[in-house]
Amino acid sequence: MDINSNKYTYLFSIVMVVIVAAMLSYAAIALKPAQDANIELEKKQEILSSINVVVERDAAGPAFDQYIKQSLVIRNGKIVENPTQPAFNIDLAAAVSQPLETREVPLYVANVDGKEFYIIPMRGKGLWGPVWGNLSLEKDGNTVFGASFGHKGETPGLGAEIATSLFSGQFVGKKILNGSNFVSIAVVKGKTSSAHEVQGISGGTITSVGVQSMIQDCLAPYIDYLKTVGSAVAPAPVSADTLTAEVSSL
Amino acid sequence: MSSNEQSKPKSGLFSKENRKLLSDPFNMQNPVTVQVLGICSSLAITVKLQPAIVMGVSVLAVTAFSNLITSLLRNLIPNRIRIIVQLVVVAALVIVVDQILKAYVYDVSKQLSVFVGLIITNCILMGRIEAFALGNTPWKSFLDGIGNGAGYAAVLIVIAFIRELLGSGQLYGYQVVPTDWYLNPETGTGFYSNNGMMLLPPMALIVVAVIIWVQRGKFKDLIEK
Repeated sequence: MDINSNKYTYLFSIVMVVIVAAMLSYAAIALKPAQDANIELEKKQEILSSINVVVERDAAGPAFDQYIKQSLVIRNGKIVENPTQPAFNIDLAAAVSQPLETREVPLYVANVDGKEFYIIPMRGKGLWGPVWGNLSLEKDGNTVFGASFGHKGETPGLGAEIATSLFSGQFVGKKILNGSNFVSIAVVKGKTSSAHEVQGISGGTITSVGVQSMIQDCLAPYIDYLKTVGSAVAPAPVSADTLTAEVSSL
Repeated sequence: MSSNEQSKPKSGLFSKENRKLLSDPFNMQNPVTVQVLGICSSLAITVKLQPAIVMGVSVLAVTAFSNLITSLLRNLIPNRIRIIVQLVVVAALVIVVDQILKAYVYDVSKQLSVFVGLIITNCILMGRIEAFALGNTPWKSFLDGIGNGAGYAAVLIVIAFIRELLGSGQLYGYQVVPTDWYLNPETGTGFYSNNGMMLLPPMALIVVAVIIWVQRGKFKDLIEK
């Protein structure tokens, strides 16, 4: 048969494409469980790093079970009883695209050396792609205990710096509530002036702004719940802070 | 197209001629330093040894098997679409390699990121398939693929060795420069600091150039007239 005839060329292409497609699908399906296991361990590793528990990927599974005591599903500030899927399996990327009132989001309750922490996973948009992170709060549901951030493809040296401890370390001790008002944590240019601000990354403005709106947006559904648990620890003092905040919001 | 192979009497699997296919790419026909192919990836992923080794092994696997497969098919491939066929073969292998890395060496695969996918565009691959596999028997093509992949990997490893040692004071992630050598601004002890420039791509280019210089200094035949 003439291998340069049109008929043969078409036939060859079709057969080749079908064979290659079958092979690749097989490889993708066969390797999927191992890949998913890696992604799951990485997720656990990232969640743990926000409460300053640094573990190797292989050890992330047992460590997660050891420290994370509860995984809750929160909707509009309330715990969802009998959620449709476990908190860990919630696809955050899909969840954050829903309106705040109907959003079902995970909350992890961790216990490290007898101290309780709330871990809130976050996801938002950076400059080139998604950014994500985990914010851990102390038992009062207000003070930040730790934070960790990750990104898909922010500019190395600029936006990508959010993944360094230089950036995430600033969050320690910051407050998300002012009295009983949710003010979130802003990523600002230059010097910080309050417990609700951290310094952004120069040259990484869009990523910094992305992180700021991610924190604002992802914390919102938890606020009512955090206030409830916070007030159980210590009644929120009605201070001058609250009043000024209310006045300024008028 | 490919019927011009010499039908010589059967030679041993590792005859002198076949061994030359393996050894040439290390020296006189090195794909990186002599043919100056695959420079892009050798700049990008040579900051540390581990990703460089994984990248080298990945490219080796892809060159060897794409050469082998193309050579097996060489009398069946319609001439007009041969580049497309070669691309499909290479692309399929690269995707398989990428999937395997993601499943078994997840951290390294994250560091290599797009560069595994970009093996497809590595000129060494298409170069060897066009210039060698289409006109030679499968076994020879396979050896040629291994030789060229290994030649590329060797250069990568040399560059990564120099860059990791001088740039981070480590080799394969282990600290080799004694920690008390490091200059400590508070106590004023120590005399050494890592060369941060080594971690940046321009230094990779300079290291490649120095390797080429040394090689040409030693083998005068390589110097262009």
